[in-house]
Amino acid sequence: MSEKMKLTADQQAILGGEQGETLAKVMETLVRYGELFGADSMAPVTSRYNHLVTSFGLKALGPVYDLMDKLIAEGAASMQQFSADPRPVDKNVPSSFLQNFVFQNFMYTKQDFYEEQLGKLGLMDKDAFTCACYLDQVGNTPKEGEVLSWSESSAVVYANSVLGARCNRNSGIIDLMGSVVGYVPNFGLLTDEGRKATWIVEIKTSKKPEAQLLGSAIGMKVMEDVPYIVGLDRWLGTLDDGAKTYLKDFGAATASNGAVGLYHVEGITPEAVRLGRKLVAEDAQVYVVDDAELQRVYDSYPVVWKNKNAKPKLCFMGCPHMSLEQLTTWTERVEQGLKESGKKKVAIPTVFTAAPAVIKEFEATPYGERLKQTGVILSYICPLMYMNNPLSGKMPVITSSNKLRTYTTARYYTDDEILVQITKGGN
Amino acid sequence: MRQFQGRVVSPGKLTAKALVSHGGLNTLASFQKALQFGDKKATCGDQNNPDLYGKEMAGKALCLPRTIGSTTGGLVLYCACSMGRQPACLLFSEPIDSLAAAGAVLADVWLEGEHTAMPVVDSLGEEFLDYVQDNMTVNVLPDGVVQVI
Repeated sequence: MSEKMKLTADQQAILGGEQGETLAKVMETLVRYGELFGADSMAPVTSRYNHLVTSFGLKALGPVYDLMDKLIAEGAASMQQFSADPRPVDKNVPSSFLQNFVFQNFMYTKQDFYEEQLGKLGLMDKDAFTCACYLDQVGNTPKEGEVLSWSESSAVVYANSVLGARCNRNSGIIDLMGSVVGYVPNFGLLTDEGRKATWIVEIKTSKKPEAQLLGSAIGMKVMEDVPYIVGLDRWLGTLDDGAKTYLKDFGAATASNGAVGLYHVEGITPEAVRLGRKLVAEDAQVYVVDDAELQRVYDSYPVVWKNKNAKPKLCFMGCPHMSLEQLTTWTERVEQGLKESGKKKVAIPTVFTAAPAVIKEFEATPYGERLKQTGVILSYICPLMYMNNPLSGKMPVITSSNKLRTYTTARYYTDDEILVQITKGGN
Repeated sequence: MRQFQGRVVSPGKLTAKALVSHGGLNTLASFQKALQFGDKKATCGDQNNPDLYGKEMAGKALCLPRTIGSTTGGLVLYCACSMGRQPACLLFSEPIDSLAAAGAVLADVWLEGEHTAMPVVDSLGEEFLDYVQDNMTVNVLPDGVVQVI
C-alpha cells in the first residue's frame, strides 16, 4: 500500500495484486516513480493514442524484450494503441558493407522480433514509426488538456507546448506502463503549477532566428525549466504549418540540448494565447537572446571529427522527422541551389527523413519526383540509430539537427550552410 | 573524510571508488559500448563528456549532477543493471531527473539478485560534487548518508 500517494480503490486493487503480480509491479513502478517527484495521485491517461520511444530491435536490449514478454504473457497489453519512434535501418540510406554487417549481425538483430512484440502490445499501424507522430498524416495528435504517457523528448515537448496536452518527460518502459494501467503519476507538467514559466526569454535578434540554434541556446540556459518566450511571434506570425514546423525543430533542440518539456511562446502557443503572462511565475529569471548570443552558442559546439577538415560523406536532415511543408520547401530550395551552381544532383549524399505516412503523401505530389531528381534520398530511418555505432561515428556527417549533433559525432550547420554544402560543394 | 546527507532513491550499503562527472551524464551515449558491443567494464562512450569519456563506469560510485539526453535513458540503465554492467551506485548532487528515476525504480522493482543492484542517492548538494574526486573511497549507507574519504 502506498503511504504517500492517494490512490483510488481501483488503483489500490491493481497495486495489491488483484489483477495479477505483473500488473501489481507495473503499478508499484509508477507509484514509486511518481513519489520521487512528489506526485499526490495518479491521473487517468486521456489521450486516444500513446507514443513509445523504443522502436529499435537492438540485440543489447534483451532485458526490455523479456519485460515486454512478461506483459504480453499476462495479457497486460496497452489500453491504448500507440505509435513508436522511427525504424533504425533502411536499405535506401547509403552505408558500407561493414556498416550493413554490423547493423544486421550485431546491432538490430531483434528488429523483426521486437516489431512483432509491439504489434501484440498495441502498435496503431504497421508503419506507425516516427518521432513526429503528432503530424496530421500520422494521426496521433492529442488535444489540448489531454493527459499522455508519452516518451520521446521531441514529441513530448511538442505535445505540451504546441498542442497544449499534458505529459511529463517519461522514460522508455515507463511510457508503456502508464498506458498498460491507464494512469500516470500526477506531478510536474501535468499540473498547472508545473506548467508555469520560471524563465522569460526575450528574443532581440535582427532576423528570424534559426530554430535549431535558438532551441539549443534556450535549452542549455534553462535546462529542465519552463521558458516563456517573448518576441518570437514577430517572426512566426500565426500558428500555421510553417510555424508548427519551426516549433517542432526548435522544441527538439530545447529538449536535447537541455531537458525542456514545455515552452510557451507569447501570442503563438495555445496556453500563452489563453493565459498570457499569467503563466510566468514570480521571480522568473530573464535571458536575452540577440545575434551575438546565437553566434556565441554556435561557436561553442565542439567538432568531434578526427579530421576537422574532412569532406562530408553524408548529410542528414530530419531529426526530428520532417513535415510535409518542410519537404516541399526544401525541394524548392535544393532545386534553386542546384540551378545556381549549375549542378544536376546534390554534391554530398543527402538523406531527408520523414514519417512513412508523410513520405507517402509527399510522393503522391509532383514534389516527390522533383526531390528525387535532385538526388536527395527520402527515408523513414532514425538518423540517431544510424549514427549510434563506432563505424558511423567515424564518418564525417553533417546536419542542421541540433539533436543529432548533441547525441552523435554529426557536425552542425545552419539550414543555409547545409544548403550551400549539398548544392554547391562538399566542403 | 566528509559526510553528505542525501535522499534514498534505491536503498543499499556499499563501498566503491568514485568516478565524477561535473556535467550531466548522457545515459545512452555513455552506455552504448556496454550494451551494444559487450564491454563489461562499461567504458563511457560519450565524447561530449570530458570527465567520463573513455573511463570505466562499471563498479564505480558514479557521482554526477543529473542525467541528460534521450528518453531511452531509463531503459538503458535498466538494461545495464540487468547485464551486471552498472555503476556500483549513482550519487546525484541534484534532485534526480525523471529518466534516471525511471532506471533506478525499474531496476529495483523488476530485477532480482545482488549483481543487478544499483543503490541511488540524490539531493547530496553542490558541495558534494565540489569535494568528491576520481578514485576517492565512497561509503554509501542505507539511510542516504554518503561518506567520502
